[in-house]
Amino acid sequence: MAIDMSQFYQVFFEETEEHLANMEQLLLETDPDDFDNEQMNAIFRSAHSIKGSAGTFGFQDLAQVTHELETMLDLVRKGELDLTSEMVDASLEAGDLLKMMLDAHRGGPAAATEDIEFICRHLRELSGAQAPVKEESEPVASQAEEAIATAETSEAVEQNVFVASFKLDARAVVNPAVIENMLEDLREMGLVEIITKPAGELVEGVWTLKITTAYADSSLTEIIEYVAEHGSLKFEHEGAVQVSAADGSFGLFNEGHEVGSTVAAAEAVVEEDDSFGLFEPVEAPATVEATPAPAAHVVAEDDSFGFFEPLPPVVESNDQELAVAEASPAAVTPVARATASKEDRAAKPASNDAGSIRVGVEKVDQMINLVGELVITQAMIAQSASTLDPVIYERLMNGIAQLERNTRDLQESVMSIRMMPISVTFSRFPRVVRDLSRKLGKQVRLVMSGESTELDKGLIERIADPLTHLVRNSLDHGIEMPEKRLAAGKPEEGTITLKASHQSGNIVIEVGDDGGGLNRDRILSKARERGLPVSDNMTDSEVWNLIFEAGFSTADQITEVSGRGVGMDVVRKNITAMGGKVEIDSVYGVGTRITVRLPLTLAILDGMSIRVGHETYIVPLNYVVESLQPAPGQVRTISGAGKVIMVRGDFLPVVPLHEVFNCHGAETDYERGIMVVMESDGAKSALFVDELLGQYQVVIKSLEANYRRVPGISGATIMGDGKVALILDVASLMNVSKLMAEEAA
Amino acid sequence: MLATNAAGSAAVNGAGNPTASGQPGSPANGSAASAVALVEHGHVQEFLTFTLGDEEYAIDILKVQEIRGYDVVTTIANTPEFIKGVINLRGVIVPIVDMRIKFSLGSAEYNQFTVVIILNVAGRVVGIVVDSVSDVISLTADQIKEAPMLSGVSNTNHINGIGTVDERMLILLDIERLMMSPDIGLLDEQRLQ
Repeated sequence: MAIDMSQFYQVFFEETEEHLANMEQLLLETDPDDFDNEQMNAIFRSAHSIKGSAGTFGFQDLAQVTHELETMLDLVRKGELDLTSEMVDASLEAGDLLKMMLDAHRGGPAAATEDIEFICRHLRELSGAQAPVKEESEPVASQAEEAIATAETSEAVEQNVFVASFKLDARAVVNPAVIENMLEDLREMGLVEIITKPAGELVEGVWTLKITTAYADSSLTEIIEYVAEHGSLKFEHEGAVQVSAADGSFGLFNEGHEVGSTVAAAEAVVEEDDSFGLFEPVEAPATVEATPAPAAHVVAEDDSFGFFEPLPPVVESNDQELAVAEASPAAVTPVARATASKEDRAAKPASNDAGSIRVGVEKVDQMINLVGELVITQAMIAQSASTLDPVIYERLMNGIAQLERNTRDLQESVMSIRMMPISVTFSRFPRVVRDLSRKLGKQVRLVMSGESTELDKGLIERIADPLTHLVRNSLDHGIEMPEKRLAAGKPEEGTITLKASHQSGNIVIEVGDDGGGLNRDRILSKARERGLPVSDNMTDSEVWNLIFEAGFSTADQITEVSGRGVGMDVVRKNITAMGGKVEIDSVYGVGTRITVRLPLTLAILDGMSIRVGHETYIVPLNYVVESLQPAPGQVRTISGAGKVIMVRGDFLPVVPLHEVFNCHGAETDYERGIMVVMESDGAKSALFVDELLGQYQVVIKSLEANYRRVPGISGATIMGDGKVALILDVASLMNVSKLMAEEAA
Repeated sequence: MLATNAAGSAAVNGAGNPTASGQPGSPANGSAASAVALVEHGHVQEFLTFTLGDEEYAIDILKVQEIRGYDVVTTIANTPEFIKGVINLRGVIVPIVDMRIKFSLGSAEYNQFTVVIILNVAGRVVGIVVDSVSDVISLTADQIKEAPMLSGVSNTNHINGIGTVDERMLILLDIERLMMSPDIGLLDEQRLQ
């Protein structure tokens, strides 16, 4: 192959992921007892797209699994199988498997072969529930083999003859290539004969096509619909033709033309009733008798011709004629359905394909960097111009003011590129809740709101795991068993709410449940068991915060789901690492609500700038609790070295920044500097600095890109004057204070 | 601005250097392996030369991104003295190494004539402070001699060889190896492996 396919792999991976996500979402919405066809079609389309592109790119394993899935879905779609919840489950499992296989192609661990086989078999069994399975047809096929002496293996394929007449729509009229494409598509599916077409060069007018194909009418109408004027398509089934073709050419993608031509030739033989010698032994009647032909619609509707392995030929011996006969009335419905589906799709607001382009994240980041630079440059110009006389330099001043506005707008819109709706993360929860509630035997309803709230792409990826953990916790520990709920006078079905919203420059995500709530006494007694310092007069929120301690669990049993006590501490650590906060509200017997507050973006940080000696540092604002000027005697020493400060009865370790960073010329008299009280991981300490300078939004820059990690520093930023300021790593600084205290002790 | 002018004139000097063009390099028997690798026979390689005290150094011009004046740096706590700190180079945070302090050459004064060479080595951007930038010269293989083994100099790994142009002696630095070496400490320990 001349084209290196691997360059398109990334696109394939992304698209397939989208299709899988889409399919999963649709499957979750599907109620086996009451589903509409459009839904089924959409699921089928997703599976079909995956199969198509997987085949094109040579990911045969993916294509194989999707093929099985598609076969089953197709039968459902056609109304030949009743959808059962088992099928939905199997489809979801297949979706999971596909995800794993996709990851495997991207360098992840490979999916187990037995899993693949199991799921394929399961799907086959489900789709074979009505249609007899492979084995039964094999003897028949061998009979056919005997009957047809020359052809090695031969399968009779029933070809339906359709006559379609339509007018082209306005779009196709102006672009003749469209109709050529359509004809091309049709020719790929079978023999196309143009019976009437508009005279001369004109394409406007009535077209009548005679199509002989093994495909279903619906796939033909889909193609024609695309170019036909709305409502002008008339589609008739003229009958069926039996042809046989060498089996060998089936099932291979790149031999598609051959199939077409063989079929065409065979058809010609039958039609003209004149054998050219080529197909002499192939006598149509004989074929019909010898092989109760595999039902046309099964072979036909799989438009890839059993791509990977010969389709299990499904024999519906007696229903054969019936199926064909039914084909013509059925032809009308798909048209109507297809039209309706288009309108449906147009009406759906949720579809996110409002014209978008895929761009690498690094390109966007580079743009953000450049705009950041522009903002700084603009600030520098404004600063130098501020000394000028505004009367004399009025035009310059106006220009600078305009520059400032434009820069700000530009920055905002560039930042918004990285923003994505949180629904990307939320969309996984219906599945999590569904699977888990079944496993636990609980009845749970998931209510989500604010899915369109946007936040930084980087955060979206990192928030998924902590949120999943919180939801699982709510389900496992929060929501009670149905009997218990009824006994407590609550509805049998528990509710978990997921809510996202913007609040003053932060994004707030709430995970709530109407379950049992946290048990204060139980947490306190557990904490005592674990030797944590607790007292009975702690406030509720202090008690709730205990569950964030590593290894803390009040679950009676360790289950597969949770109870090991790893989790909440990791959740808090992850969220703090993103610059966020977690809060818990809970009322015993009523429910629990966990609130996660995150900054909108990772690239920007709210910081307080402080001065120590000649240096300026930035303290991330979300760590700062308060700042105060120490009164005489408020700072005490422990063992003559470690220092503590008493703030409202608490003794907080003091981190003298000038000592940690060896700053020259810094204030050493505690009473003349400022103490900034910081909180991280539930522990507080006081940072001693010379002076507070102000509060800024700063763009975070990596120090490690060109230098190395520096203890106590998490990154750098560029201030309005173009100088670099370092951002303090509060958590590690507090460890420094711990170390200093330990050394002192 | 002054520094940029210096670089500009340096480039002009380099281009006009008659020693460069078209000298077919005869196999330089005495050349060190590294120096041979550095300049293939018959090929001319360009170097940026700068001075540190009385010594003249040359580095591969392709490693040089730009030359600029010394600006205010933000110091980083608890670093060796030769790491001056970091600067903002059009939005990129760039560490600055003072070669004069590192090699104990010249006096580490910072004024409007102090020059910083911004290097692009091993995918990183690093600035080095030198006394002055001289010019860009082209050297052929036979102008490069093996670096002598010196007693008393602990580590000469980062010296590729000695280049001679007329009466000038140029110390050819393998600036990439020098900058990435552990004693400069620009890399995290685990990234050295």
